[in-house]
Amino acid sequence: MSRIAKRFAELKKQNRAAFVPFLTAGDPDAETTAALLEKLPAAGADVIELGVPFSDPMADGPAIQASSLRALNAGMTLPKILELVRRFRKHDHTTPIVLMGYYNPIHAYGTARFAKDVAEAGVDGLITVDLPPEEDDVLRLPAAAHKLDIVRLATPTTDDARLSVVLDGAGGFLYYVSIAGVTGTKSFTESDVRTAVARLKSASGLPCAVGFGIKTPEQAAAIAAFADAAVVGSAIVERLASGAEKGERLRDTLEFCAALAQAAHAARG
Amino acid sequence: MSTPNSYRTGPDIRGHFGAYGGRFVAETLMPLVLELERAYETAKRDPSFQGELDGLLKHYVGRESPLYFAERLTEHIGGAKIYLKREDLNHTGAHKINNCLGQVLLARRMGKTRLIAETGAGQHGVATATVAARFGLPCVVYMGEVDIERQKPNVFRMRLLGTEVRPVKSGSRTLKDAMNEALRDWVANVSDTFYIIGSAAGPHPYPAMVRDFQTVIGKETRAQTLEREGRLPDLVTACVGGGSNAIGMFHPFLDDREVEIHGVEAAGEGADTPRHAATLSKGTPGVLHGARSYLLQDRDGQVIEAHSISAGLDYPGVGPEHSWLKDEGRVKYFSVTDKEALDAFVALSKLEGIIPALESAHAVAHVMRTAPGMAKDKLIAVCLSGRGDKDVFSAAAALGETI
Repeated sequence: MSRIAKRFAELKKQNRAAFVPFLTAGDPDAETTAALLEKLPAAGADVIELGVPFSDPMADGPAIQASSLRALNAGMTLPKILELVRRFRKHDHTTPIVLMGYYNPIHAYGTARFAKDVAEAGVDGLITVDLPPEEDDVLRLPAAAHKLDIVRLATPTTDDARLSVVLDGAGGFLYYVSIAGVTGTKSFTESDVRTAVARLKSASGLPCAVGFGIKTPEQAAAIAAFADAAVVGSAIVERLASGAEKGERLRDTLEFCAALAQAAHAARG
Repeated sequence: MSTPNSYRTGPDIRGHFGAYGGRFVAETLMPLVLELERAYETAKRDPSFQGELDGLLKHYVGRESPLYFAERLTEHIGGAKIYLKREDLNHTGAHKINNCLGQVLLARRMGKTRLIAETGAGQHGVATATVAARFGLPCVVYMGEVDIERQKPNVFRMRLLGTEVRPVKSGSRTLKDAMNEALRDWVANVSDTFYIIGSAAGPHPYPAMVRDFQTVIGKETRAQTLEREGRLPDLVTACVGGGSNAIGMFHPFLDDREVEIHGVEAAGEGADTPRHAATLSKGTPGVLHGARSYLLQDRDGQVIEAHSISAGLDYPGVGPEHSWLKDEGRVKYFSVTDKEALDAFVALSKLEGIIPALESAHAVAHVMRTAPGMAKDKLIAVCLSGRGDKDVFSAAAALGETI
């Protein structure tokens, strides 16, 4: 059983939703990411999404755009991200790590080599925002060879016909994008998301995570009441970027993550 | 590699030109891109759609555009006969309107009520703002802050036409960032918005659709050369940024093996310096803005900022069909520096009384260095994709004059 499957099976037994924080690797520097990775599981992270910075993040709002830029300016690259994952895996063998990013850095690295290297480093799944099912065979096949899950996205524009395309080849969990928009911009409507998640869960045996509009512990709790995971990205990244001194920012970010985790974990009473 | 029977059949049903093209967009946009493809395929086969477009091209744009024999330029250079395809004489002053009219008619058929676009030089923005005004649709154009500064006259034109110009402050603040921002807008406004892409780039069906709407340039040029000279040109050429005027000019000639075809990219300060926009000459294949294509990128796959004096060519990507035509060897791609383009800008103004767009001046510069090596009975057809009025401020600055 993969780390992702095992983690969701445990949570299901406990009748709890997962809390999934997103960080851009290397924002604002590699050491900060390493420190956060190390401490996030204790703060309540069940799965960690690690953003691979890209120069042209078309699906991201201002917060993650800025974080990608900070990471790139600090010299973050795919090989360095794999080094961060290897360091994390020395101490943590159970928390799944999912890489989230855009296709071009993977294309430049080479898809076969990428799948092999990330799997060896200890990555469990891949979310590639601009690689829809129609184009992702180049990555899906090498990923399968190295037991990496391809996490697919469903959105408010995904109708039933489209959903069957999305589900064909999907692994790990489904990621429901709760808003039509870029990350961290709009707010979701709870009833709409609830309906969408019910539809996804009846169409697929995979756990269903929700992200792209969750900013507060209250919102995380609302989502965790019915979804299998609540993903928070922009709001965490913003904490990390706020003006305070570095050690304080790190503490503040971890406290915020702990509050989000607590809210998500307690949502089903 | 075997030579195909025809170079004009692409793309395949997945939107691929060989290894290039495709649909690399966020899942939110996939249903929209597929819907657009279906709507375009239906419209293409509907004679009333083409009829309405032809009527507008004739009475609103002023087509057909002349094929003008540049007599003094030809004499001055002393070589092949040079013909200019005068897209600069179109309404709005460039070829961009051909495509915008096609797409706005499609938007109306699809029941879309809001238009968005990206623009570099502002020519596509002005053309989009124009069709938005003509059909009474609200319109937002995304434009990099750097480009807003160097293309002020076009910014004013767009506003005058009732369009909102939104400055883009991210990244290099030029065309690529404007396109990112337009894609973000589209993701957030999926139900009512039609995205009018101006380059032969982006996810399928855009590269094919933009090309189809621009092939009017090459079809007319082909017929006009046959009528004037009784034969086809020996060389057809155009400037390439994203490549819409070029693919429109080239496509009708692709299967005429006797016609040589040259695309001209912007070499900025020199194709061997870090500051250029010569994507096909110096780039490598990658994925940006929805398609696999040649790209200026570093070895980690991060996109490198392009540089050109011409805002319309200042783009680190290029249309996928050009990428394929380069690999197939059917079209040869060259590059021209800022300085060579400026010299051509001045030369064409002084010799023919035609002020070309800085983009088009790149193609003219290539002709000026190629024609002398060709016999006097050879024919060159160059696409003069736009007029240079918009460039007078930046050209004056580059030439050391104050206006």
